Amino acid sequence: MSDSIDRDTFDHLVGLAALELDQQQADYLLRELNNQLKAIRELAAIPLDESVPASLHGVPYASAVSPELREDVWQPHPNPEEIIALAPDTRDGYIVVPDIPHTTLE
Amino acid sequence: MELCDIPAYELSLLLRQRQISAEEVTRACLERIDAVDGRSGALDAGSLTPEDEQKVHAFITITRERALNQARTVDQKLADGEDPGLLAGIPFTTKDIFCVRGTPSTAASRILANYTAPYTATPVARMEAAGAVMLGKVNLDEFTYGSSNESTAFQPAPRNPWNPAHVPGGSSGGSASSVAAGEAALSLGTDTAGSIRQPAAFCGVVGVKPTYGRVSRYGLIAFGSSLDCPGPVARNVVDAALMLQTIAGADPRDSTAAKVPVPDYLAQLEGGVKGLRIGLSPDYFRIAFPDPQTGEYREQPLPMDIESPVLRAAEVLASLGAEIVEDVPMPNTRYGIPAYFVISRVEAASNLHRYDGVKYGYRTRQPIDDLTKLYRQTRNEGFGLQPKLRILMGMYVSAAQYSAQYYQRALRVRTLIRRDFEQAFDRSGKHRLDALLTPTTPTTAFKMGAVYGDSVLMQYADQLTVPANHAGIPGLSLPGGLDADRLPVGIQLLGPDFSEDVLLRIGRAYELATQTEDWRKIKPMVLR
Repeated sequence: MSDSIDRDTFDHLVGLAALELDQQQADYLLRELNNQLKAIRELAAIPLDESVPASLHGVPYASAVSPELREDVWQPHPNPEEIIALAPDTRDGYIVVPDIPHTTLE
Repeated sequence: MELCDIPAYELSLLLRQRQISAEEVTRACLERIDAVDGRSGALDAGSLTPEDEQKVHAFITITRERALNQARTVDQKLADGEDPGLLAGIPFTTKDIFCVRGTPSTAASRILANYTAPYTATPVARMEAAGAVMLGKVNLDEFTYGSSNESTAFQPAPRNPWNPAHVPGGSSGGSASSVAAGEAALSLGTDTAGSIRQPAAFCGVVGVKPTYGRVSRYGLIAFGSSLDCPGPVARNVVDAALMLQTIAGADPRDSTAAKVPVPDYLAQLEGGVKGLRIGLSPDYFRIAFPDPQTGEYREQPLPMDIESPVLRAAEVLASLGAEIVEDVPMPNTRYGIPAYFVISRVEAASNLHRYDGVKYGYRTRQPIDDLTKLYRQTRNEGFGLQPKLRILMGMYVSAAQYSAQYYQRALRVRTLIRRDFEQAFDRSGKHRLDALLTPTTPTTAFKMGAVYGDSVLMQYADQLTVPANHAGIPGLSLPGGLDADRLPVGIQLLGPDFSEDVLLRIGRAYELATQTEDWRKIKPMVLR
């Protein structure tokens, strides 16, 4: 367990998060993250019996509460052009993006 | 009284009696907006002017023509003798975290600033189907991350109508301020850690966090999928009940929307509180916060200005026949914030991963020849600091080597928080409460710029509200008075799952019993 996030870990997280930060932002964010960790570490001190389960959400999802799943039947969208038109760059119904990086294998 | 200040339930009667028209009501609201709102929030807004500092700035997008057309449709239906719907002609605003077809739906973020939604969120659709008139989309903390509305990319940020040098609260700052300023009768907000109740308390209005799953999240731009609750903001309990009636209920488009039947919230609204057991907990009358120097926790009792409206409310309710049950232990309340830090960040990181500049929203304009660079540049330019902070924290605490002690542990602490409520409300338990009565916030509205930047202290504004989000239970914040600086103080009612009808009934009883009190005659500063 780390006591605080070091620079290397931080840079790794930035990569995972698909961000690219300038120095000032990186400094601020790293400082804030470590400040927040102090509060989160309080979690470690809470007495937690082995038997206490995790709750993904508070309200229990009994069958009285949960709706049934619908039939797995696909339906065509009435107006796909409207949705595609929201993309920043399109051509012939396709969304245009730059290529992924290519590597030549030895 | 101006048309825009009249309660929705009274407007409804006047409209149906054809004493006023929906178009007149809409125009009155638009005039109020023009008088007090000032510049709407926008990207790259430049510096604040002295005039900006006196205005409310609730809106990002005002949908003037659309609203007038909706109003005219209502008037036509009334003229034709058709039923125009439960909320016919009632003006409302929508927190800009909801998709509304044909409107910019921005989440107050640059990354969605150019996004015009192709569909409408279920709660909005239900209100419009009931004849309500949407005046526009109102401002919020970026992606709902915040408790002051200051983090919005659309500046100027909203200001508190009671004193525009102070924050309206967040993240539903635009919702609460638009209703408090009489710009609309109702607003649709969301509550993830208190984001309806806290700004409602700061702005002296009524805010309801329904039970998780009571209101569909379809069309709600997601932050914390296990925590987010759409809900009403209004100036009185009857209006809040009218709105909840309209938006609540199952939705085939949201698998987490409960199929529990929606009661008639209005039928029993004035049924009174005789025999109801209402609890007070010492754990809700203190603040636990990290010492700025050492980071160690300190405990502090709440200021008298915050505590006394709650104790007074208990007296009022007791005089109406409720049984007040003191010393109800809620020992896990103080863990609400650290657990929330973890759970919400994990969900936020996941939910924000979809913003990549490919299918919709902002894409970087820099020349990029590599898809992964496109993602990074777009997200770097499009997200503000607060979303970035949450994403990074979410990545960290869910990473394989840390998740057992952070994320998994937080989910188990969540169980403890839920159990506090289950025990308090257990019909065969020690306390057998129908509701818990607490303050809504540890302070009144702080000054703009005072807390923003120090994210830990900002987050503790939600200490008394976030347990309800962990537990999923409903909560209602009501105006309880004004402090020495004439800033509103909120009181909160918390109840068992799907007990909104009881909470509204208690709130209404309190509201009626105190309706002639002097503090209720005082108006927000921007309206004086």
